[in-house]
Amino acid sequence: MNHKKREPWIRLSKRDGMTSWKVWSIRIGSIFLALVLGGLVIAMTGVNPFKAYGTIISGSLGKASAIRQTVKIAIPLLGCALAIAPCFKMHFWNIGAEGQITAGAIAASYFALFWADRLPGPSLILVMGLVGAVAGGLWGLIPAFFKARWNTNETLFTLMMNYIVIGIVRWLQGGPWEGRAGSQIIPQFAPNACLPRVFGIHCGWIIVLVLVLLMHIYMTYTKHGYEIAVIGDSINTARYAGMNVGHVMMRTMFLSGAISGLVGFILVSGANGTLNDGVAGGVGFTAITVAWLSQLNAFGMVLISGMLAILEKGAETLQTRLAVPTSISDIITGILLFCMLGCEFFINFRMTFRARKAKKAAAETAADSDESPAKEAVES
Amino acid sequence: MEPVCAIELRNITKRFGDVVANDRINLCLQRGEILSLLGENGSGKTTLMNMLSGIYYPDEGEILVGGKPVSITSPREAFHYGIGMIHQHYKLVDVFTAAENIVLGLDEGGKLDMKAINARVREICEKYGFDIDPSQKVYDMSVSQKQTVEIIKVLYRGADILILDEPTAVLTPQETDKLFAVMRNMRDDGKAIVIITHKLHEVMAISDKVAVLRKGQYIGTVNTSETSPQALTDMMVGHSVTLNIDRPHYEDPQPRLSVSGLSCFDDEGVKRLDDVSFTAMGGEILGIAGISGSGQRELLECIAGLHPIAQGTIMYTPEGKSPSDLVGKTPMQIRKAGVAMAFVPEDRLGMGLVGSMGMTGNMMLRSWRKGKSAFVNRKDPNELALQIWKDLEVVTPSTNFPVRRMSGGNVQKVLVGREIASAPSVLMTAYAVRGLDINTSYTIYHLLTEQKMKGVAVVYVGEDLDVLLELCDRILVLCGGKVSGIVDARTTTKEEVGLLMTRVGGKEAE
Repeated sequence: MNHKKREPWIRLSKRDGMTSWKVWSIRIGSIFLALVLGGLVIAMTGVNPFKAYGTIISGSLGKASAIRQTVKIAIPLLGCALAIAPCFKMHFWNIGAEGQITAGAIAASYFALFWADRLPGPSLILVMGLVGAVAGGLWGLIPAFFKARWNTNETLFTLMMNYIVIGIVRWLQGGPWEGRAGSQIIPQFAPNACLPRVFGIHCGWIIVLVLVLLMHIYMTYTKHGYEIAVIGDSINTARYAGMNVGHVMMRTMFLSGAISGLVGFILVSGANGTLNDGVAGGVGFTAITVAWLSQLNAFGMVLISGMLAILEKGAETLQTRLAVPTSISDIITGILLFCMLGCEFFINFRMTFRARKAKKAAAETAADSDESPAKEAVES
Repeated sequence: MEPVCAIELRNITKRFGDVVANDRINLCLQRGEILSLLGENGSGKTTLMNMLSGIYYPDEGEILVGGKPVSITSPREAFHYGIGMIHQHYKLVDVFTAAENIVLGLDEGGKLDMKAINARVREICEKYGFDIDPSQKVYDMSVSQKQTVEIIKVLYRGADILILDEPTAVLTPQETDKLFAVMRNMRDDGKAIVIITHKLHEVMAISDKVAVLRKGQYIGTVNTSETSPQALTDMMVGHSVTLNIDRPHYEDPQPRLSVSGLSCFDDEGVKRLDDVSFTAMGGEILGIAGISGSGQRELLECIAGLHPIAQGTIMYTPEGKSPSDLVGKTPMQIRKAGVAMAFVPEDRLGMGLVGSMGMTGNMMLRSWRKGKSAFVNRKDPNELALQIWKDLEVVTPSTNFPVRRMSGGNVQKVLVGREIASAPSVLMTAYAVRGLDINTSYTIYHLLTEQKMKGVAVVYVGEDLDVLLELCDRILVLCGGKVSGIVDARTTTKEEVGLLMTRVGGKEAE
């Protein structure tokens, strides 16, 4: 037996019951770490990271107009994260928010383009919002129906649905809804089809903030929210409790799609004033990041979407003022995501390093290879 | 001078978070010896053995093999020291033959010489009295044959220290006897064997020494010949508990649930229940015995409306009402009619509980739909949770503490407590005491008997024959999805039930 005594270099064990104070200091620490790492990346481009961060802040929050721009970026992110949250809580992986936004945008645009003179004043906006929500909801309902009926894979299904609806917009753009022949552009909406402004920003921000509150109440206090939470945890338990899993799935996806559709309406009516194939512009995917980082907490989403919007807006300024490419903000976002999700690991597991005396013993052995850490779950 | 221990543990300590699973355990095992590791579930037996087999690494203390301190950091290394563990859940590849499974993962160099391997497997079989065909595919094997493959697997790797983790849990009494005979042969060949079990009579039958653990503490080691089941129980639980379960007679049992000709298939089209007929009476505990996987789960799920039924009727007669057929009703309708089920699956959480929620959230599973409001009522469930917390002495920091993070026994108290609280007229429990310590088990037995005396028809699916014989009024024995017999628990014997458990379609049901 030539095996020498050695203890693994590092061991992991599960831990329970960390104080919330500690948990939050780890989380905040992880954001700080992300900023430091991001700073290193910025430094590699030859720019002083402190100056760069300063520019990001001043560029996104320094002036009233900058703040307005930032909020405008945050609105669809927040709205869409709210839409995704119930699905993810249910462990229904809806990555088709992009398509649901677009479906809502198409429906709203139809009324904006062809009913603007027939529907008086605010009723046009209301109808646009309503049909946007319904269209988004129906678009989300399709994969849920197939999942409930034949247990199809919702991840692939919702993803593929995105490309279909974006294809439809392209067709509308170049065909039936094309403005000037050959322009490939849908004309701008009439003024009465655009969302009114409050504090200089289209009033979509009020809509999403109301949604934050409603979603929080829905998820925490209603029967629907309870059903969603149970199904997300265990479908067997849900069936046992008498829940109609397929029904809840379809209902939740309709709701999720409807909120995404509403975001689509806000985008065409408030932000863009017209429809194009890039209307969702990746919001449906970025919103997944927002939803996860905030751990599906509606109020957390306000913070996270705000943070990502600051980064995005700030990066634009960074490019114009210091000639740092905007992709830097994507890198920082990535680092941020990595650190924040990574820190959950340290909240759930305790690391035990090899004791010093064991180290000495190990040093005596000629070949000392590090063991890969093995997870040890609490054994019941 | 004592001979050197084949394996020795000195002051082994292992913690999981705040829980001390093993607290300074000392153990010594010699060659040619069978040691029973006895203790209630949760006393740290499996954890201790997992450290020997390289799955866990001890926080403190040392392990000595043949008198030399060693460090076991992986199962491969454990094999290197001749330690082989046979786990409760077998790790076999179904589409491989016995011999292929046995050599799986071994790197002997050169090409795979199945002929030589088969010959060696046969040699091991003959030496110790195993009965197995090396070229049989695993999917064709019974549970006990699979276990045999697992044992040969570690012997093939040259293990001379064997650890068997509850090997008899899935065996019939007859198969257990066979296993014990093999174990004795291995002992006589100079192997050191550890067997984990909590069945006292098995401890008495097979072992030379008994080491007792209680709540992670090492209580002591005694020679089997110098002890008695009662003395061992005292060591296990710390104080004397009566082994008698109170079994009062209910005066006027009424038919409550009449199942006739029930058959069902699983997803793969395999018949899981075959023409099952019986009647559960109000005021009676009907035990259901059988080797695990004989259709117990399917039977309860069919009655609860969770499993599609191919054939048969389930007539339910609530107190003072006319009978109605439960077949075709939704789980919700069945539950509302008064049929409750507390099924404790192997992972304890899969069905009936929401792991991420606390007690309150789990109480809500029964009441969440009540009322017309769109909002859930948290107040009543919370009161119920507080009551169960108090009555059943559930150990949890608060009623919002996720049940996933509670210990197994407490999770079960929550589950069973909730089902009883719904005041059902049929109460079905499966493995209600799975993994519970003796005291908590008795709490559950008392609760069930209390329900019975209220006129509830209790259906108790259990694993421990001794308990079934003492707790139930009648016992229905399932074998391969068929009813192989319904016996009076007061007059039958363990041997009779054991025989029925293995007799497919033997004696006709009533």
